Amino acid sequence: MLLALLALSLIALALAAPMLAREARRWRKQRSDRRAAAENILDVPFYDPGRERRAEQRARELLRSCVNDEEWGMYRDLGFIRVEGRHARRAADGRKTRAPYAYLVYPNKPIVAYVPETGQLLSEYCVEFPDLGGGSGGRTRLPASDDVLAKWMALTSDEARVIRRANMHLVGRQLDPARLRRDLWRLAEWERRRAGGAVSRSSSR
Amino acid sequence: MIRFLRMKPGHGELLLAEGDRQVREDEERLVEEFRRQLDEGMWAAVPTVNSGSGRREAQMIRDYGEIPAGAERVIFFPRASGG
Repeated sequence: MLLALLALSLIALALAAPMLAREARRWRKQRSDRRAAAENILDVPFYDPGRERRAEQRARELLRSCVNDEEWGMYRDLGFIRVEGRHARRAADGRKTRAPYAYLVYPNKPIVAYVPETGQLLSEYCVEFPDLGGGSGGRTRLPASDDVLAKWMALTSDEARVIRRANMHLVGRQLDPARLRRDLWRLAEWERRRAGGAVSRSSSR
Repeated sequence: MIRFLRMKPGHGELLLAEGDRQVREDEERLVEEFRRQLDEGMWAAVPTVNSGSGRREAQMIRDYGEIPAGAERVIFFPRASGG
C-alpha cells in the first residue's frame, strides 16, 4: 500500500514538474521585471519644470538677435514669421515689390508656402531639426524659438536644400487651412497697424 | 572674436568655443570644433546682413574657410529632415 502511494506521488510529481518549472520561470521573470522597473524609475533624471521655459527664453533671445525687427515683432505678436522666397528676394533687392511667394514659419509645425498677392495657400513643407546627438536627456526637439530660427536660417541661406529635404503635402494635412487664412488676415492687420504707427510717428516729428 | 553656438534641446544655445581667428592656437581649436560639429551632423550658419537690401539673413557655412571675416558667431543646428 505504502509502495503504491509512493509510486503515485512520484508519477504525480513527474506530471506536475513542467507546470511547476513554468510557474517558477514566470515568478523569476516577474521579479526581475519589477527590479528593472524600479531601477528605471531611479534612472529618470530629475524633472525640472523650469528647464524648458529657460531654454525657450534663451532661444527667443537668440532668435531676436538674428532676425529683422519686423520679423521679430511678427513672431512676438502673431507667433509666426513670414519669410519671402529666395527668388522673390533676388527680384526685390533694393525695390519695394511684393514677393511672388513666401513662407509662414511656425514653431514645430510645417512651413507653409503661399502667394502674398492673393493669399492663395500653396503647400505644406513638413521639416524637422531633430538633434540625435544625445546628451539632452532623451529630448530631440529644439525649443520652439530655436526651431523657428533653424527654419529661418535654412530658408534665408539655402532655401532649395531645406525644401528638398522637407516632405511636401497639400495644405490641410497638418495645419487647418481656415486657421492659416485667419493668420494671413492677422498678418495683414498687423502690417496695416504697424504701417499706421510708423506714419503717425513720422508725422508727429 | 568669434563664438560657436549650438542649439540644443532642453537648453537653448550652448557656447561651444570662442576665440580670435587671428591667433593660431585659437583658430586651431575653432577649426577642430567646427569639423566635430559637422561630423556630428550639424549644419552651420552665420547671421549676416544682405549688402543690397540691408535685410538680415543667414549664410550657410560648409567649410571653416567660408566663415566671413567679420562674423561674430556661427550657429550650429541639427540638419533638416522630412517631418
